[in-house]
Amino acid sequence: MKLAGEEEAMRAGECGPAAQWAIEHQIAVGRYLGADDFVSVTQAHIMADTESLGAAGVQWLERMAALPPDQRRLRIPAITDPRGTDFAAAHRLKQQPWMLDLERRAIAAFEALGVLMTNTCINYQTIMPPVFGEHVAYGDTGVVIYSNSVCGARSNFEGGPSALSAAVTGRTPRYGYHLDERRAATLVVDVGFTPRALDEWGALGAIVGRLAGDYWQVPALFGIDRVPGSDEMKHFGAALASYGSVALFHMVGITPEARREADIMAANATLPRHEVGEADIRAFAESHRRDIDRVDLVVFSAPQLSLVEMQQVAGLLDGRRATVPLLVVTSPQVKPDADRMGLTARIEAAGGSVLSGMCFYQSYAREMAEANGWQRLATNSAKLVNILGGYGYRPALLSMEACVDAACRDGRIAS
Amino acid sequence: MSGSIFIAAAGMGGRVEGEALAARDGFSARYDLDRSRGVFSRADHKLVGESYVGRVLVLDAAKGGVATAWMLHEMKARAVVPAALVLNTVNPIMVQGAALAGFTMISGFNLDITQAIPNGAWVEVDPTGERPFIRVVRSKI
Repeated sequence: MKLAGEEEAMRAGECGPAAQWAIEHQIAVGRYLGADDFVSVTQAHIMADTESLGAAGVQWLERMAALPPDQRRLRIPAITDPRGTDFAAAHRLKQQPWMLDLERRAIAAFEALGVLMTNTCINYQTIMPPVFGEHVAYGDTGVVIYSNSVCGARSNFEGGPSALSAAVTGRTPRYGYHLDERRAATLVVDVGFTPRALDEWGALGAIVGRLAGDYWQVPALFGIDRVPGSDEMKHFGAALASYGSVALFHMVGITPEARREADIMAANATLPRHEVGEADIRAFAESHRRDIDRVDLVVFSAPQLSLVEMQQVAGLLDGRRATVPLLVVTSPQVKPDADRMGLTARIEAAGGSVLSGMCFYQSYAREMAEANGWQRLATNSAKLVNILGGYGYRPALLSMEACVDAACRDGRIAS
Repeated sequence: MSGSIFIAAAGMGGRVEGEALAARDGFSARYDLDRSRGVFSRADHKLVGESYVGRVLVLDAAKGGVATAWMLHEMKARAVVPAALVLNTVNPIMVQGAALAGFTMISGFNLDITQAIPNGAWVEVDPTGERPFIRVVRSKI
């Protein structure tokens, strides 16, 4: 990789050990992935729940935080993805003291480093959405795919160590979706049915993700007959990124880099072409509720809920009573508004639990399942369905309405 | 099959040997593993129930989210970790995770590596040279 003067100085240790480690890490990553040089970035978003970090990762962070301040300076604003708990609800979730201790230590280390503890995976809805063409270093696949595709920003998947490195150096290796040539479509999906509900958007994302197959594929969708809203794009993108490890999609005529077909594919391009219709979306959902007629809990999470989704859940619960655990997970930015507007009170009056700053699957999901006797779970998040299989759950993908119905009918799913 | 050598497009980490655990399926530490027990736990993964500890995983594509960037480091610290990862296709997260953990990984072949390496073969993975490779030392242990 070609290094500029400041990058050479960092590598030589002239900017302190944190910058030296960070630039070496980035060079190793950049070399592997074919980067020629670095690109300046303006924001970093760091995924670092302690289930992923473990004790070893927390100690690693603490060592960096213990450096003298002038040797671990962040060069750009850095924010965080959800944490592994909501401290106010940890007892109810039967999370163990050792989990909370690790979380407190990780938070202390991040705060010492100057990281802003936003604890959110919907920063594009709540904090500072990136602008078209802005190069950023974001973690959380849902954040990256939304920022790339809907906002027209430029980021690769930056895991916690790499996002933190970008915060320290103010740059990232220039490969993948920082490059124009990587942003062209590589497959076409003709969509014969525009989803209506969020779970349907997630199902479509999952199907396209499976068709795409890996990180370097860029699906172009044709046939979406209206402009999806932010929550719809959120669920579609999160599922696409989860099932396919995809970081960028185009909706022709809708997303900003695909105003016209010619913007994202050459006229004579012969790309793989697929069709997805309503029957495929129905079949996908059905495949994720086979043999499940009753659930132990209902979870709205992954991604965290927007204020609008909070209002929708509150409205569905009015006058009803959840008789199995109903967890509604949102961001620390949305939660105060939901409190102020009475949404939290309405959800909790109906027996639900509003959780803030965490995400269900990032919060020791396996241990919570064992401690609470949870196995069968209903959600409207296709992303959550995809992840929780590995944690021992049997998840069912339902609409928001059907999830609330199940929660209020002792977990029974309407046939 | 013994002695067969397959060149990868890229690699990092040190030279290792181990028993291959191969399948045409994806890989994500968060989505697919019970990291406390060291086994594949995702019910529909082709390697479900198999221990990955000390094995050379030969799989298709990196899947899922960003957690693996931390998790390889955490798994290595507890010594409940594969010996190496050999993939047809990586995503940046696998590379970042391997870089943090000092973990051995190679990827990018001119054939489907999951079909070329027999499950259970004893293999050598060497990413240290100009041309990273995996070599079948013995077809079956």
